[in-house]
Parts: sequence; structure tokens; C-alpha cells
Amino acid sequence: MNLEFSPEEIAFRDEVRTFIRDNYPKELMGLGNREDLTREQFLAWHKILGKKGWSAPAWPKKYGGTGWTSTQRYIWSEENARVDAMMPLPFGVSMVGPVIYTFGDEEQKARHLPGILAGDVWWAQGYSEPGAGSDLASLKTTAVRDGDHYILNGQKTWTTLAQHADWGFFLCRTDPSAKAQEGISFILVDMKTPGIEVRPIKLIDGTHEVNETWLTDVRVPVENLVGKENEGWTYAKFLLAHERSGIAGVARSKRGVERLRSIASQETMDGTPLIRTDEFARKISQLEIDLTALEFTELRTLASEAAGKGPGPESSILKIKGTEIQQRLTELTLEAVGNYGAPYARGMDNFGVNEVGVGPDYSNFSADNYFNMRKTSIYGGSNEIQRNIISKMILGL
Amino acid sequence: MDFNFTEEQTMIRDSLARLIKDQYDFDTRRKVVASKDGWRPEMWAQFAELGLLAAPFSEEDGGLGGGPIDAMVVMEEFGKGLVVEPFLQTVVIAGGFLKAGTDAQKQEHIAALVSGERVFAFAYAEPKGRYNLADLETTASKDGSGWKISGHKAVVIGAPWASHLIVTARTSGGRRDAKGVGVFIVPKDAKGVTTRDYPTVDGRRASEVYFDNVTVGADAVIGDPSDSLGLVENVTDQAIAALCAEACGAMKVANAQTVDYSKTRKQFGTPIGKFQVLQHRMADMFIEHEQSISMTYMATLKLDEDDVTRKKAASAAKVRIGQAGRFVGQQSIQIHGGMGMTDELAIGHYFKRLTMIDSEFGNVDHHLKRYTELSATDMAVAAE
Repeated sequence: MNLEFSPEEIAFRDEVRTFIRDNYPKELMGLGNREDLTREQFLAWHKILGKKGWSAPAWPKKYGGTGWTSTQRYIWSEENARVDAMMPLPFGVSMVGPVIYTFGDEEQKARHLPGILAGDVWWAQGYSEPGAGSDLASLKTTAVRDGDHYILNGQKTWTTLAQHADWGFFLCRTDPSAKAQEGISFILVDMKTPGIEVRPIKLIDGTHEVNETWLTDVRVPVENLVGKENEGWTYAKFLLAHERSGIAGVARSKRGVERLRSIASQETMDGTPLIRTDEFARKISQLEIDLTALEFTELRTLASEAAGKGPGPESSILKIKGTEIQQRLTELTLEAVGNYGAPYARGMDNFGVNEVGVGPDYSNFSADNYFNMRKTSIYGGSNEIQRNIISKMILGL
Repeated sequence: MDFNFTEEQTMIRDSLARLIKDQYDFDTRRKVVASKDGWRPEMWAQFAELGLLAAPFSEEDGGLGGGPIDAMVVMEEFGKGLVVEPFLQTVVIAGGFLKAGTDAQKQEHIAALVSGERVFAFAYAEPKGRYNLADLETTASKDGSGWKISGHKAVVIGAPWASHLIVTARTSGGRRDAKGVGVFIVPKDAKGVTTRDYPTVDGRRASEVYFDNVTVGADAVIGDPSDSLGLVENVTDQAIAALCAEACGAMKVANAQTVDYSKTRKQFGTPIGKFQVLQHRMADMFIEHEQSISMTYMATLKLDEDDVTRKKAASAAKVRIGQAGRFVGQQSIQIHGGMGMTDELAIGHYFKRLTMIDSEFGNVDHHLKRYTELSATDMAVAAE
């Protein structure tokens, strides 16, 4: 056991640091964690990484992964977080990609994996429905076989950034008579197919990050079925486990703590920097200590994955703790900026934006970020569902 | 970066686990803890025979060439078995000091320690010093070529079993000054040493130790007698890492026993483990334990880094594990219901040990404060 980087790992760190410094788009600097960017902004870094062959470090090498060790992957996320880089969106690289290369047929792999790697194709996730949230298996969207097509009907919701999407992966009920989990299939859908309507949902932070997706008699070729009909639940769970393992966000949260320290050094209370007051300083310490615990838990998980075990139910720990910390970080940041949490930087339609100039720059979006991050303990299987997973899969309760 | 154990470490774990399973079951422990001596010297001899006492020492010092990871492995198993014998005090703490000692001191003590014949206790705390390692009223004054020690040391764990004491004492300066702290090895049978021995709530034995003009030679001093606070902090951080490992072992068993109990105990016609409110509680207990393991690895692996990094790592681990131990301990009792309150079940004894671990070498508040102060130092250095 040791924490040292080998000379090769140090060389690797220098290589990626240089690459990021020389290639990260200058116009994206400082936009790292925003939801309201253009499609081009979202994809710019992904496309550069795609050309370099670095867009999907966790994939097996034969499908276009990097073949990096867990330590290299750790270094990679640390180095990206140093510049607060916009990482590739999860829907292609972390979600549908692994499902396709694990359960898809050769044609599907050849057709879809290159676009995911290159950042050319944007994917949307059609999982949740108005009546199927935590109880995902109660979903009602149907796919009925009609010759060599499925006809899809139903409504999906919380479809993140579907306004930009080229393709979507949808969970649909193909056997209405089967028990909840057993009649579901995993189907890939071209979002330009007639009958798909994407309607925006405005969130409490003012962003248009998610959508309702309505499906009316959408004809999808049967070759877009992944794996076997009625076995989609297995693939859906596999996808969620993969999603969870990247969800801890340790490197980004470390940057967030640095930023919080800097804000708390500039804000004062009775003439004393906030960071010199016992109350606030200890809140930051506790946050940083909990983040250290998460970091080493993730390192242990990565190490055991490298030893050949896929992401298991332990990744639920990363999801729960990672999101709690992301939330606490935005909560403390809002607390730190005091009165200047109030100006609505994004503004309202009739008033224009306040983005520049009302409070200190660091106060912009602090409340919006706090509001937005409440989503993290709800999405990807709510943190309560994660506890169900731990109690069933690990504790055997 | 590597999180694997060596073959030797795995062997230590396996053979120790077997020994504890065969000879340290809960009923046996209960009898031993209640006996006149409160420990089993013959068990200690078996630990020596297994090589546990030699494991963390370098080969040139007469050990097996391991280090803090080996101590971590041993302490975790001790935690699982609620083992009371003083490995922490003798091997981790006295061993830690001896590594900083002279060749003569190593020669004098390490072989005897490793063979199991010499047992140590760490007399550092004082009635009014709380967790401040420099807050010393015990004094050591020059006496010819040697030293004369006077004072009262509080709650010296394992002192009734010890042949030797490691004693911190003020050699100069004011009561809480960083300068002027010395470390001494004192045979417990030295003239002027008296003790009041007693059992502790978690099944160990301890003493109040009184030094009345106890004279020791110059060879009793470890390190610089006028400036050894750094050494004391270093060894204490090693002890904290080892203690965290013990807590991990205790949490593991407490969680396992609680989950098992919830599967068999029925109320309202169903095992209580079927109730979601308890499932989520136990999921949280599992998470607390996993995070404690992570923090124990972290603190142990950072023991050799620079002072600030090492201290922050030890304090961070102690904070997290103090909190985790409290949660796991309290909830174990809660889920066991009335049975958890009985002395008969082991679970209460795990709870008691976890409770005491929090206050050993500084509780959550102490280490959160220490971590915060060190972060401020860190930032000041970074700003320069």
C-alpha cells in the first residue's frame, strides 16, 4: 500500500497537464459547471478529447477507451478539475456507451460508439416518467411490435438537455402482461423521428435543463433494440451502476472547496475574514474532511474495479456522499456571500440579466447553484433508493 | 498508488484472526476482563510468537521489516475481537519513540519488547491537560547527569500490565509552551513511582501514576529533552492511525451483529430488518464504516509525509472516525432495542469501546480545531 506516483505516473500527469493547458478552449474558461450553454460550448472539449482518443477513459481499450490505470484516471480528473474543465456529458460516454459495448450487437457498436467518442452525437436519457420516478419499473411507455418496427407511445420526463439531443435511449414496456421489471426493453431512438416532441421544463434556478419528451406513434426499426427484448431492466440497472461510479465528483468538489476558502477569505464578519471565524472555518474543515473520506473511498473503488470487478453496489456510497458534499458546498458558498446571494444573476425575461456588477463576481449564481444542486440527491436513483440498494444488495436485508 | 496488502500482511491478518477466533471469543474475553489481572500474559506471548510485536520494526532494529500498515492490520483485528492487550501502547507508541532513540536505547529495549517480555504504557495525559500534549505540570529537572521527575499522570492505559513507562515531562518553560517538553523511559519499579490501578469502562486497565522525585539516568531520555513536542505529536499521530484501524474493526463487527439481529428479531409479525427506516439506518452505518476504512488508509499512508500533511491527515481521520464510531455505536444499541442495553450481549461492549476511542488522543472537537488551525497555517504558507 502506498500513495506515491511512479515516475511514469508523474510523466503522465505532466503530459495531460500540458495537453489541457495547450488545448482547453479559452472561451470555456470559467463556465465549467453551467447548465445554460450552447450545444457547441457543451461539446467543444469533448470533440478535442475525441480526436486525442481521451474522451472515454473508463471504456475498454478495444472500444476506444484509453487503457489507463485507476491512478491515471484519478490524475486525469484532478488535472481537468484544476482548470474547471467542462467534461464530456455523461449520457453518451458514461451511460449508453457502456450498455452498447456490453450488450449491443456488432452493428450497433459500429454505428454508435464512434459518434459518442467523437462528441458528434448527443444522447438523451428516456428513463423517468411522470408516474415512474424512484419506482422506475412502473413505467408505462409502450413499444409495440409492428412488422420490422416498434411503435412507441408514452411520455418521458426530466429528459436532461434533450433540446440538443440527436439520439435517445428509452426504456419501454414490450410485454404489458409481464411483472413490472420483466417486460421492459432498452431501445435506441433517433430524436428526429416523427412523433417525438420535446417540451422545456423551467427549473427553480431559472434554467432550461430538463424536458418532457412526448412520444406519439414513433416508428423505430427493430434493429435499434439493444440486447434481448424484455431484458432491458438488466441493462438499465447496469447503466445506473456505471453512472454512479462517475458521480462522486471529487476533483471538482476539491476545486469548489478552494473557491469557498477564497470567498470566505474575502467576506468579513465584524471586520474578521469569515474564514477566521470558528463557526465558518470549522464548517469548511468538516466539509473538507468528508470530501477526503469520499476521495479515498473512490480511490479504493477504482482500485477494486481495476482488479477486475465492475462497479458494484458500493458505488451507491459514492453517489450518496458525492451528492451530499456537492450540495453542502453550494450551501456554504451561498452562506458565505451573505446579502449578495439575493440578486438574480440570470434575471427574468422582463428585467434582463444582472450577471455583471451587482455583487462581487464570486457571488453570481451562488443561490442558483445551490437551488440547482438539490437535484443531485434526486437524480440517478434518489439517495433513498441508493440506501435501498445497499440494504438489499450488500446487507442482504 | 496502490491499495493492496502484501502477502506478509495478509498472513498476519489471517493468523491473528484465527488466533482470536480460537482463543478470544466473547465469553473468554469477559472472564479475562473480570479477572484479577485483566489480561492474559500468555496471550501476549502468543502474539510475540506470531511475530506481531516484531512486525512494524525494521530488520536492522530487530523487527520483520514492516511498518504502519502492519500495525493497521493488527489493530483492525484487535478491534474486531475487542482485544485488550496493549499492542498500541507497546508496539505502536513505545516502538514509535524507540525508533527515534539512540542505538543503545534500541538495543536495550527493542529485543525485549519484541520477545514479549517488556511491556510499555504511555504516561502523557494529566488531570488538567485534557488533549493538549504540551500542557504539562509534570516536571523533569536536571539531577547530576540524569533527571528527576515529579508529577501526576492521568488514565495511563495499560499501566498495570506495563514494566516500563514512556513519560512526557516539562524540562523548561511555561505550562503550555511548545518548547521544553522531554520524553523519558522509566521502569515502573523505579523508586518514587506509585500507581492507583483501576478497570476502565471498556474492559481495559489503567492507572493514575504518581512520580515523586523519581531519578533516571541520561540514557532514559528519548530525543532532545528540551524540544521533543514534535516527536510526541509524531508518535501520537501514529497512535491515532492505529486507533482508527481498531475502530474500523469494532465497527465492522457491530454492524454485522446488528444486521444479523435485525434479520431474526421479529415485531409486528416481521423481521425488523424489513422495515425501511431501519434498513436505511443500517445502510448509513455501512457507509460510515466504509468511510472510516478509507480515512484509516489515508492517515496511515500519510504518516511519513511532512508534519502539516501528517497532522492534518491524522486529525481528519480522527474526526471522521469519532463521528462514525458514535453513530455506529449508538445505532447498534438502538436497533438491538432492549437487548442492546444488556451486559450479556457483545454489542454493548463494542459500543463502549467505540465511545472511548473517540476521546483517546483527542475527540472530534479537538481534532476539528486542530485541523482548522493547520489549514490556516497551510493557507498562510501558500500565500507567502
